[in-house]
Amino acid sequence: MSDTATIGKDILTMANVTLNFGGLSAVSDVDMKLQVGELVGLIGPNGAGKTSIFNLLTGVYPPTSGKVEFTRDHKVRNLGGMKPHAICWAGVGRTFQNIRLFRALPVIDNVMIALQHNVPYSLANAFLHTFGYGRAEKQIREESLELLRIMGLEEDANELAQNLPYGKQRRLEIARAMATHPVLLLLDEPAAGMNPAETADLTELIGWLRKEYDLTILLIEHDMSLVMDVCERIYVLDHGVIIASGTPAEIQHNPAVIEAYLGEEVADA
Amino acid sequence: MEVFQQLINGLSLGSIYALIALGYTMVYGIIQLINFAHGDVLMVGAFVGWFSMTTLHMNVFAALVTAMAACAMLGVIIERVAYKPLRNSTRIAALITAIGVSLFLEYVMMYFVGANPKAYPDLTGFMAGSFTIHGVIIKNIQLVIIGISVLLMIILQFIVQRTRVGKAMRAVSQDADAARLMGINVDNTISITFAIGSALAGAAGVMWGLYYISINPLMGLMPGLKAFVAAVFGGIGLIPGALLGAYAVGFIETIAKGVGLSTYSDAVVFLVLILILIIKPAGLLGKNTKEKV
Repeated sequence: MSDTATIGKDILTMANVTLNFGGLSAVSDVDMKLQVGELVGLIGPNGAGKTSIFNLLTGVYPPTSGKVEFTRDHKVRNLGGMKPHAICWAGVGRTFQNIRLFRALPVIDNVMIALQHNVPYSLANAFLHTFGYGRAEKQIREESLELLRIMGLEEDANELAQNLPYGKQRRLEIARAMATHPVLLLLDEPAAGMNPAETADLTELIGWLRKEYDLTILLIEHDMSLVMDVCERIYVLDHGVIIASGTPAEIQHNPAVIEAYLGEEVADA
Repeated sequence: MEVFQQLINGLSLGSIYALIALGYTMVYGIIQLINFAHGDVLMVGAFVGWFSMTTLHMNVFAALVTAMAACAMLGVIIERVAYKPLRNSTRIAALITAIGVSLFLEYVMMYFVGANPKAYPDLTGFMAGSFTIHGVIIKNIQLVIIGISVLLMIILQFIVQRTRVGKAMRAVSQDADAARLMGINVDNTISITFAIGSALAGAAGVMWGLYYISINPLMGLMPGLKAFVAAVFGGIGLIPGALLGAYAVGFIETIAKGVGLSTYSDAVVFLVLILILIIKPAGLLGKNTKEKV
């Protein structure tokens, strides 16, 4: 629940962030700012480093240099030194470009597993919880079913995740990410592989989730119609460098973007 | 009647193997490590039980619980000290480390208690008894072993299927990186897996001592190896596979002894393993999945 006082405040600040693998630079000197409640797009050609930025934000890789700050309830955290599960607890949720569900588990379990971090456990009390978990378990199950209902998956609750059609697996990824109770949601190509009708549904759903749960969203997407439709601001990444940022209209007419992103087609035309 | 006699013997032996095999398979399921020190955790459990009963004069059940608790701690320490630093290295490095941990436990124990076998105290009361049904001799201790094992398996099933720890374990075994990003503390989950698996091995160690009386610092080798066979037999990484494999190994072994192949009973077990793996390389319940690249 973000109170109205925080609207317009920064939720995420990346300053001079660089990520090197050996001699290879995946992300270099990136500055990015997200304000509470924004829906921001991150676009760029394949291999531009978009997913690397998500990995930096969720603790998969610590930045080689630079600062990643996440602010929630006036508390500023430096994500650079935090472990992935702690970043998740802090309120950053994500989905994956190449779907990474717990494939052999039922749909409902995928969501329940992500929800249960709300009751963190230590090695010692894990066993004690075992014997007093009834009520908490019921609550977790009900909330999971609610999320499945929102994502249109309630009928599939007991199906194994791997048996769902592709579009539904994508929706389950979002349901699972929502179950971690994020305030900042990172969506990595949520519409990849979807047909136009499914994409339109998803676009609507993302807008609804954002309002209902007061989310700030950072979206990686290849589907330009989706990005230009829903995003308020867009960052364009190429070869690990931010080459442009601005409103969708500004981005569409930015010559650097046209060259990097659509370059050859425009040149051919 | 001979068949039924072997059946009851196989059932009690298989129960002990099952407890050990569960630890093997759970650890493999979660970090893809064959924990070759697992049999030696059983050995430590047997000695903790022996020490609790002889020196501390505990009763059998108190000794069993003490051994389980001690082994749970030992398992966590082994994981944190020996395996965790190698989590991102090659699997062969972790495997060799496991063998090192195994030898370490064996010879540290030998340093403290000597190489000579120690004897478990004589069974008393109900557990010392036995009865005969139609010529089949059933020792009460066999029933106790089967009963305790089944109880522990039910508790394990409950933990894995119904609790959040169990859910976290299953999530980590599916995709540790995704689990981490969904807020699961993967390090703690792995520690808990080691604790549970080692506690089961500790229980198996005490029951081994109660059944076979004689224990020594190298005793963990054979049961460890058989339980590993059992886990592979059923499909390593799968809990039902470990149970099925363990009882199969128990029965094969006692049947081999029953038909006069006592000397070769271990060889028969391994022969059957080889045959199973030729026919079903992933084990009885395992699915053949292509390695994802």
